[in-house]
Amino acid sequence: MAEITLVEAINQALAYEMQADPDVILLGEDIGKDGGVFRATVGLLEKFGEERVRDTPLAESMIAGLAIGMAMQGLKPVAEFQFMGFTYPALDQIINHAARMRNRTRGRLSCPLVFRAPFGCGIHAPEHHSESTEAIYAHIPGLRVVIPSSPQRAYGLLLSAIRDPDPVIFLEPARLYRWAKQEVPDDGKGLPLDRAFILQSGEDVTLISWGAMIKETLSAAQKLKKDGISVEIIDVATIKPLDKQTLLTSIEKTGRCIIIHEAARTGGVGEHISAELAEQALFFLKAPIIRLTGYDTIVPYAKLENYYLPKEQQIIDAVQRVLEFA
Amino acid sequence: MKIIARFEISYYQILNETSEIVGTLPSFAKDNEHLLRLYRIMVLNRVFDTKAIALQRTGRLGTYPSSLGQEAVFTGIGDAMLKNDILVPYYRDYAAMWMRGIPLSDILLFWGGDERGNLQGGEDLPFSVPVGSQGLHAAGIATALKIRQEKRAVLTTCGEGATSQGDFYEALNIAGIWKLPIVFVINNNQWAISVPRSQQTAAATLAQKAIAAGFQGEQVDGNDVLAVRERVDVALTKAREENIPTLLEMICYRQCDHTTADEATRYEPKGVRDLEWKKEPIMRLRRYLENLKIWNQILEEQLQKECTAEVEKAVQAYLATKPAPASDMIDYLYAKLPHTLFEQREQIKQVGDQCHG
Repeated sequence: MAEITLVEAINQALAYEMQADPDVILLGEDIGKDGGVFRATVGLLEKFGEERVRDTPLAESMIAGLAIGMAMQGLKPVAEFQFMGFTYPALDQIINHAARMRNRTRGRLSCPLVFRAPFGCGIHAPEHHSESTEAIYAHIPGLRVVIPSSPQRAYGLLLSAIRDPDPVIFLEPARLYRWAKQEVPDDGKGLPLDRAFILQSGEDVTLISWGAMIKETLSAAQKLKKDGISVEIIDVATIKPLDKQTLLTSIEKTGRCIIIHEAARTGGVGEHISAELAEQALFFLKAPIIRLTGYDTIVPYAKLENYYLPKEQQIIDAVQRVLEFA
Repeated sequence: MKIIARFEISYYQILNETSEIVGTLPSFAKDNEHLLRLYRIMVLNRVFDTKAIALQRTGRLGTYPSSLGQEAVFTGIGDAMLKNDILVPYYRDYAAMWMRGIPLSDILLFWGGDERGNLQGGEDLPFSVPVGSQGLHAAGIATALKIRQEKRAVLTTCGEGATSQGDFYEALNIAGIWKLPIVFVINNNQWAISVPRSQQTAAATLAQKAIAAGFQGEQVDGNDVLAVRERVDVALTKAREENIPTLLEMICYRQCDHTTADEATRYEPKGVRDLEWKKEPIMRLRRYLENLKIWNQILEEQLQKECTAEVEKAVQAYLATKPAPASDMIDYLYAKLPHTLFEQREQIKQVGDQCHG
C-alpha cells in the first residue's frame, strides 16, 4: 500500500464518506476546480459533481450559516475555511447557532456538520494565516474540537467527525499536511472523538501535545530515549470533549507532566489541562506541571515565526528539569 | 458614457388607509370567509400582545417584544405559506407561528425563559435573536430543498435594522447566485430600538437591496393585510415553482416599544405614532368588512371575548408549566452526552434537587 500525507488522508476520508453517504455535501472557497488552497478536495468535484462540491462566494459567515441551514435539513455539510484566521467572521454563526441549535430546541433541530480549517504557523504564510486559537472553540459548549496529527488519525477522525450528529471544528495542522507519510487503509473505519491517543508508552514523564507540536514532541522523545529516559506521549487529538481519564491515568503512572502546544500561553487549552491535573492528580505529581507554549503575542510573520514555536531542545530541557525532582 | 443598468421598485397596496380598494382584488379577497379569518387572526395577535405585556409588567413573563401595529405582516405571511414551506422567523412573528401550529403557550414559554417553548414547529426554525443571522440559515435550508428538488419554499423575516448586517447581504447574495427557493421579508417598522430607518441606510428603499443581489425587491404596504398576503403568495409561488428568490419590504410602524425593556418616549418624536396609527391594519380591515356588511359591533364584541378566552387558556397553560429538571440544561447539548460531562451533569442534578427539595 502506498503511503500518503495528512492532506491526502483528508481527501481520502472525504471521498470515502461522500461515496458512502449522499447527504455529505462539501462547500467552501476554491474547493471545486482548484481543489482547495491546500488541495484537500482535489478531484472531488470531478467525482461527485457541482451539486455536492460547492464553490461559494468569498464570505465565511455565509459559509457557516449555509452549512447550519443545510444541516438542519438533514444534510451533512463539510465546510472548508481556507485558514483558521478566516473562521473569525463565522464566530457568530458557530457560537450563536451551530453550537446551540440542538440544545435550544431540546433536540428538535440539530447541526450535524463539520467546519474544517488548516491551522498553525511554520509554513511561511502571509499575515493572519498562522493562527492557533483552538481554545476559542474549546470554550464553547455544544461543539467538538478535533485536531489530527498523523495521516491515519486524520482519516479516522474526519470520518467520525462527519458521522457525528453534532457540530465539529476540525483543525488540520498545516505544518504537518505534507510532513510524514503513512499507509492509510481506505476501510472507512472511524476513530473515537472522545479519546486521547497514547502514541508511545513510557514510565518517567508524560508529554501531552496535539497538532503540529506532536512533531517536536516525537523527536524530543527519540533523543531522550538514547539517554535512557522513558517518555509517554499523548496526542490529545480531541481537545473537546477532553479525555481527562487517559491523561490522569498516565500522570498517576509517571508523576511528571509537560504540556506542549503552539497556541499562545494565556487561556490556552494547556492551562485547562494543567488545572484539571493539578486538581485531580496533585498527590501523584512528583514535579510541577510544565507548559511549553507559544508566547502571548501575535504569531510573527515568516521571518520570526520559527522563534515563536516551542523547540525540541526546550522539551528535552523541560524533561530534564522535571526529572530532577525526586 | 452609456447607461448599463437601471432599476425600478414597485409599491403594492390593495386596501388603502381609508379602507378603499385601490388595487386589483386578488381572488382570495373575494372570499368573505377568508377576509374574516385574516381579521380574526390579527385581532387574536393584538389581544395576545396586550396580555403578554401585562404578564411582563406583573412579573410573570420575561422581556417581551410586541408586534403591535405589525399584525398584518405576520398574518399575511402565515396565511400565504403552505404547511410544508419552512418559516425562518426573527422574533415578532407570533401570528405566522400560531397559524403554523405553534401554541400561544409555547411563545409565552419562550419569553418566560423556558427552552421548551422551541420544542414544536417541525422543520420551522425557532425565534432568532442575534439580529440578521437567520437569513443564512434560510438560504442553507433552501439549498437543501433545491438539492433534493422539492417544490417547497423558505420564508425568512427580519426587521429593517437587520438589513445593516453583513449576514443579510450575504444571504441575499447567495440566494441570487444559487437561485434559491426563498422569500426574504423585511418588517420595516421604522425603528431598530432607538435608531430610525434613515440611519440604517441612505438608500431610498430597502427593497432595492435585492437588485444588487440579482433579483427583484418590492415594497408592500405592511398595514394592508390583503397586499401582504397577495405579494407573499406571489413570491412564494415563484420560489416553489421557479427557484426565484424575492425580497419584500413591508412598510409599517412599530406602535410599541422595541421590547418591554425599552422606553420609546426617550427617542420617538411626539405625535408620529398617533399619525401612523391612522394607517394601522386592524381598523383598516374592520372598516372594509363593515362596508361589506359582514362585520358589526356585536360580532366585534363576540370576537374580542373569544380571543381573550383563547389567550387566557394559553396563559393558564403557560403558568401551570412546571420548570424542567435542571439536568435539561445539559441533556440536549449533544446527541449523546460525552462521558467527560457525566460528572458535571451529576452536579447539575444535585443543585436542581437541592433547590426543589
